[in-house]
Amino acid sequence: MTYLRAFAAFWWDFIVGDDWRVAAGVAAGLAITAFLAHRDLAAWWVLPTTVALVLTVSLRHSTRRDG
Amino acid sequence: MPTIGVVTHDLLLFLATFLASGVEAVEALTIVLAVGVVRGWRSPLIGVAAAAVVLAVIVAVLGPALRLLPIDTLRLVVGALLLVFGLQWLRKAILRSSGYKALHDEGAAFAAEREQATRVGRGAPTGMDWYSFTVAFKGVLLEGLEIVFIVVTFGAAQARVAFAAAAALTAVALVVVAGIAVRSPLERVPENTIKFAVGLLLTSFGIFWGGEGAGVNWPGSEAAILAILAFLSLLSFALVRQLRRQRHAALPAGAGA
Repeated sequence: MTYLRAFAAFWWDFIVGDDWRVAAGVAAGLAITAFLAHRDLAAWWVLPTTVALVLTVSLRHSTRRDG
Repeated sequence: MPTIGVVTHDLLLFLATFLASGVEAVEALTIVLAVGVVRGWRSPLIGVAAAAVVLAVIVAVLGPALRLLPIDTLRLVVGALLLVFGLQWLRKAILRSSGYKALHDEGAAFAAEREQATRVGRGAPTGMDWYSFTVAFKGVLLEGLEIVFIVVTFGAAQARVAFAAAAALTAVALVVVAGIAVRSPLERVPENTIKFAVGLLLTSFGIFWGGEGAGVNWPGSEAAILAILAFLSLLSFALVRQLRRQRHAALPAGAGA
């Protein structure tokens, strides 16, 4: 069980990293993009906007926490 | 125009894989050098070889397995992974550039690893030094996993695992040759700048492929990757400037002078 937990923790850290908000934001951005694209609406702007928002929020959180 | 886009795409793919692999190889080299210099070369080199075999097996298994997925699903998965992974690199690079996180220093990493290797006791002088083996194996495997991740995802999304692997192997070979030549950590490699560039490239490809996988038709087709890269570069530059100002403002009067 400890081994499994360590294994899961390693992959969580490897893929998700320090801030889960980044992964959550990316998932939301991709979902909105797919939603718009499959209704033949312009969707190319969603991911760049998502990345700008997610990066700004994550950095703000990190710099406030670390002082 | 599409030809220019495809060539640019390939060039950026090679550059991203080459730079990411190079910077990870520099970090792995520092660990192996520190252990080898203090405790002898046989055991760490066996550790390096064992890790290289494990990494090669992962590429050989994962590369073809990913290509069994339909191309849109593959690009969506690869795009999502690259986005999350690239944003990790970019976030750390922005924090380093703005002074909120210490710059990575190979000299300091080498000194710390060497000190630790000196303190740990040795086994029989003729047998395997398991400390050296384990440190080298773990160092190369962990740093190498990032290279494998990039090679497999880039290669699978473009159906060019061999091309991405060639870029990675070229970078690793260059770092190894340089390491053998100087026999000390490669402190002059501008690691922090390279990591910034890799973060920008991985995130750009993540946006492009993630978007394609989700059904986006990019304006300008393959050439859109350059516009995404330019947008991310400007955004990162602005964030670094803003965070530097924020940090400077938070310092006590006279501390930043």
